[in-house]
Amino acid sequence: MTTVSSLTPALHLDHPPDLQVNGMTKRFGSLVALENLSMRLKPGSFHALLGENGAGKSTLVKCVMGFYQPTAGEVLIDGHSAQISNPRDAHRYGIGMVYQHFTSVPAMTVAENLVLSRFGGGGVINWKAELEELQAFMSSSPFQVPLETPIAQLAAGQKQKLEILKQIYLHSRILILDEPTSVLTPAEADEVLGLLRQQVSAGELSVLMISHKFREVTAFADEITVLRKGKFAGSGQVSQLTVADMAEMMMGEQKTPTPVQKNSQPNAVPVLEVRQLSAQKDNGTAAVSGLDLTVYSGEIVGIAGISGNGQRELVEVLAGQRVASAGEVWVNGEQYNATRAEMYRHQVFSLPEEPLRNACVGHMSVAENMALRTFDRPPQAKGILLILQAIRQTAVGLISQFSVKTPSPETPVQNLSGGNVQRAVLARELSAEQIKLLIAANPCFGLDFAAVDFIHTQILNARNRGVAVLLVSEDLDELLKLSDRLIVISGGQFTYQSPTATAEYTAIGHAMAGH
Amino acid sequence: MAEGLGWWGVPLAIVAGTMRGGTPFLFVSLGECLTEKSGKINLGLEGTLLTGAMTAYGTSYLTGSPWLGILAAGLAGLVLGSIHGWLSQQYRVNDVAVGIAMIIFGSGIAFFFGKPFIQPSAPQLPTLNLAGSAVSPAVEAALQISPLFLLGIALAPLMTWFFKSTRWGLYVRAVGDSPDAARAMGVSIFKVRMLSIMAGSFLAGIGGAALSLYYPGVWTERISSGQGLMAVALVIFARWNPIMCLWASLLFGGAQALGPALQSVGIKQGYYLFNAAPYVLTLLIMILTCSPKRTLAGVPGALGIDN
Repeated sequence: MTTVSSLTPALHLDHPPDLQVNGMTKRFGSLVALENLSMRLKPGSFHALLGENGAGKSTLVKCVMGFYQPTAGEVLIDGHSAQISNPRDAHRYGIGMVYQHFTSVPAMTVAENLVLSRFGGGGVINWKAELEELQAFMSSSPFQVPLETPIAQLAAGQKQKLEILKQIYLHSRILILDEPTSVLTPAEADEVLGLLRQQVSAGELSVLMISHKFREVTAFADEITVLRKGKFAGSGQVSQLTVADMAEMMMGEQKTPTPVQKNSQPNAVPVLEVRQLSAQKDNGTAAVSGLDLTVYSGEIVGIAGISGNGQRELVEVLAGQRVASAGEVWVNGEQYNATRAEMYRHQVFSLPEEPLRNACVGHMSVAENMALRTFDRPPQAKGILLILQAIRQTAVGLISQFSVKTPSPETPVQNLSGGNVQRAVLARELSAEQIKLLIAANPCFGLDFAAVDFIHTQILNARNRGVAVLLVSEDLDELLKLSDRLIVISGGQFTYQSPTATAEYTAIGHAMAGH
Repeated sequence: MAEGLGWWGVPLAIVAGTMRGGTPFLFVSLGECLTEKSGKINLGLEGTLLTGAMTAYGTSYLTGSPWLGILAAGLAGLVLGSIHGWLSQQYRVNDVAVGIAMIIFGSGIAFFFGKPFIQPSAPQLPTLNLAGSAVSPAVEAALQISPLFLLGIALAPLMTWFFKSTRWGLYVRAVGDSPDAARAMGVSIFKVRMLSIMAGSFLAGIGGAALSLYYPGVWTERISSGQGLMAVALVIFARWNPIMCLWASLLFGGAQALGPALQSVGIKQGYYLFNAAPYVLTLLIMILTCSPKRTLAGVPGALGIDN
């Protein structure tokens, strides 16, 4: 950091540098997030970083970016040791990162965000000159985003493009992408990655992409490095590997998902009926409008869509967390307002997204959380008194039945891992004897293979018992696997409906994009 | 002031009151606007206002220069702001709770050091005569305006420009709307919030000086009568927009002048009711702008969220 050249901004780099990571280790207290990992990103290559959730991919790139200081190991740029202690330093070496969550300021315009992202610069902004410069930049860049629009009004795809544009604007030569396509439709993902691929092939850019989508990795990446439980688990040229090879490196062993078995339901009756339902977002604009939906007993209706198209508000209305602005919800032929009494009478259960926030009281114990549906009636209560013994016994039974990994039933639920919180909620919601309706939203988000498989099996079992299931998910593969009927939501309206067996992949993609 | 003008005195008194009573509101609300734009709430400005008023009055009395008084009031605000800025950004500390503590602390400091200054009279700020000498003395007296008021009016567009066209202004907005985004850009959230809170408290201190050195121009312990807290409501009413803060401050100042103006033309009934106009206005604004179904347009995204 003492030489002039290392302080020079990336502006003067014509070609991507050679990035090497040597023996990188990162410990958080006693937890080893990353252990002795080495890898190399060759100049002008597209490198994919694969691994299950918690494998250490994010930790690795955050160490490279200077967000974390590694416990051991170093980063080499063009063969020289580089001291990167914050993202600003990384920028000096021409490394820029596109985060999984958008890092643009929602209340500001695209132009303001681009100017803001530039490190340093004068105190006063000459907007006339800046805008001219930005317009020139925009016209020569691979994607176009309107400069004067506030970020809050951009669609997810445009936001993602802006995040990448920002790095090109900053003259980054190494782009680190953290699951860049998680909020894009398949077509948008192909467009964005395709344009980046062109820049990489032209030798302008190196890309290091965290991904778990094999389709994208095989289509766009040159090389892969696989992490498992914080350690190096394999690497190679994409052209020489099959998807099965990569999956094996990720999981450590071949695991086959439990096959989907569905029985037919002869006497299907409508359980959930949504009539002309409208709801507003937090800011008062319409989230969903005029939705009609019927879910019959013994079927899974899947709702697909890019996040932010009204799914969250729809689920919140059905779960009683949000007041509908118009329309009605009927359950079992009666009007339903999601009061506690109605939930009990109609046996409505839900698996909301972010279960720790939406379905648990974090500092209450696992046992108490498991009793949230039943603590106010016998056998867990007698008059106004709780029978703690009964609550504990029920919890012990559920913990073993649903294999929730918890030190004890008295442990606060917030101390459990994400997968186990979801299992605890699942145990509570699926253990009732007479479930009529189950509403699930992204139930497997961020969970590992075993947990996903377990939850899928539980949902299918419920369906086969005659439960009506509404499954809202951003994972199209999950919906195609589980649901009987598929509905696509876009811009707060249903844009596509089809039995899953005859659903067309391209038509779903178009409907998700709002065409 | 309105004797001899009859009923015409009422609008005149309200105009005069708007300019006089609006000045402290203007400074405190601009200060709070800057603070809230960075994502923190400073309820302690009520205490800052009192400390500012006392410091300005005391300094003016001891040095004979009201301008030094204003500077001292601003600096006193700066010190209180730095305490709030540091405390409210500690782990697991809530800015509203710290703000309430700072109200009590600020007023306590002001009362403690202000005791000796209640009796003596300090040199007041000079005023500019808006009307010529041709008008009646009553009108002339009503249209005496303070340079502080003009400064406040100039400050509002200046702050708008600051938020739009300076790098620091963008930093403040980014930190207040999306701290994660700001962090990713290498901006220090702590520093930006600290400086915004300190600068906001500086302005609130000057607002206090306007109370003790301009209107009403005395130092008593009841001088602020909740204006610092009302300014918080006013910023919400103004949608975190400095220009709107200006209009809202004038509205509140005018509402405050309603009671005295009516009293001066002999309306005695409901005097206390009219005096309560600013408080009623505060409540009304709170009721009108609240909604369980939506959040306010323009609210900084990270306002009041602990992180």
